[in-house]
Amino acid sequence: MAFLAAVAAWLTDPLHWQGSDGIPTRVMEHLELSAAATAIAVLLALPLGIYLGHSRRFGFSAVNAANVGRALPSLALIALALPVSFALGLGLGFWPTLIALVPLGIPPILTNSLTSVREVDRDVVDAARGMGLSGWQLLFQIEIPIAAPIVIAGVRNAAVAIVATATLGAVVAGGGLGRYIVDGLARQEHERLFAGALLVALLAIVTELAFGVLERLAVSPGVRRELQPGAPD
Amino acid sequence: MTPGEPLIRWEWIAAHLGDVGHRILEHLVLTGLAVSIGFVLSLALGVWAAHRPGVYAPITWVAGVLYTIPSLALFALLIPFTGLSVLTSEIGLVSYTLLILVRNIVAGIRSVPADVRESALGMGYTPAQVLWKVELPLAMGVIVAGLRVATVTTVGLTTVTALIGQGGLGYFIIDGIQRFFSTPLILGAVLSVLLAIALDWLLVQVERLATPWARTRQ
Repeated sequence: MAFLAAVAAWLTDPLHWQGSDGIPTRVMEHLELSAAATAIAVLLALPLGIYLGHSRRFGFSAVNAANVGRALPSLALIALALPVSFALGLGLGFWPTLIALVPLGIPPILTNSLTSVREVDRDVVDAARGMGLSGWQLLFQIEIPIAAPIVIAGVRNAAVAIVATATLGAVVAGGGLGRYIVDGLARQEHERLFAGALLVALLAIVTELAFGVLERLAVSPGVRRELQPGAPD
Repeated sequence: MTPGEPLIRWEWIAAHLGDVGHRILEHLVLTGLAVSIGFVLSLALGVWAAHRPGVYAPITWVAGVLYTIPSLALFALLIPFTGLSVLTSEIGLVSYTLLILVRNIVAGIRSVPADVRESALGMGYTPAQVLWKVELPLAMGVIVAGLRVATVTTVGLTTVTALIGQGGLGYFIIDGIQRFFSTPLILGAVLSVLLAIALDWLLVQVERLATPWARTRQ
């Protein structure tokens, strides 16, 4: 209990809410890095997944390739991004972490968008074609709205994994909330360590919940269905 | 990473083979222990929850929250209480296996057709016999699929425990980062991926041996 009181004191100390090592700065760093990585992963994986799903080609090999990426441990990804970042002259911190986070976000987005667009009911697709919809109309008016809940679930999984792994960026001298954990470990300051971990956990859970809200807003009422938390996707 | 330094110094690896073997073994023990404990816990929870939706929902909710907490943060939350120990690593690693394993065990048990279950009961099987001789064998495919995902994930997460003084192959990754030395860094990353692939393959073989009926049907 005394320890938790010390953590509460650390979290409420005004000194920890200002400056370059303050909580607002670290949260912003964490969010900037995660948002950039998620945006790049979406730009790369979403059009590809939707195209492959729409054309119903190459699906198997694309999902397989994405799953191989899934076997790469996140710490190993960051480690391997380090020499790449140095070779490109980008140094430590933000860039190697970003290079590592993007491939982490691609598999869930690619897999979900590809399979959900491909598995839109054939009868519905045939009916739409019969009504005279062109390929593009079919894609934007039928396939994407129907696939939307699963596609967004894929982006959510990617974003949560990215927010979680962005913590490890501190190991390669990056910013973000992982700093408190890595510094807390190095200095054996358990309050800093614990408070940082609480903030990271909170940010990951908030990210998960925020995408739940987005899902409700973005999904057409006609296709809305209750997605169980962590339903297979 | 230092200019002029090759990405991989093979002679460094050759000189550290004993250390490599030691770390692979440590990685296997940390992973194996976590997946085994996670599996026993999940089996108990899954069997309990399979036919009780009111039990299943809260279990997956708690497991889901644990799964969402970033690995380094979960370890960090435990350190003030359990220190830089194997116990801290294992509590964290086991926590991450629960969601995947419970979900697959329950899905597997629920996938057994009601007809089959009722036939077994009609033939005089006790509920325990139905579980062990009918439901779990038929659920084996889905359960092993979950076990494979859990194992591959745990191999990756085990590298993170190097930051709290454990880590197996993660030791080389952290060592490489701290010394700006790419050889151990790449060695640790590549070996942990290979270990994940090898264990995944092993589990496929175990599944083939454990479900002879699925083999003869093909």
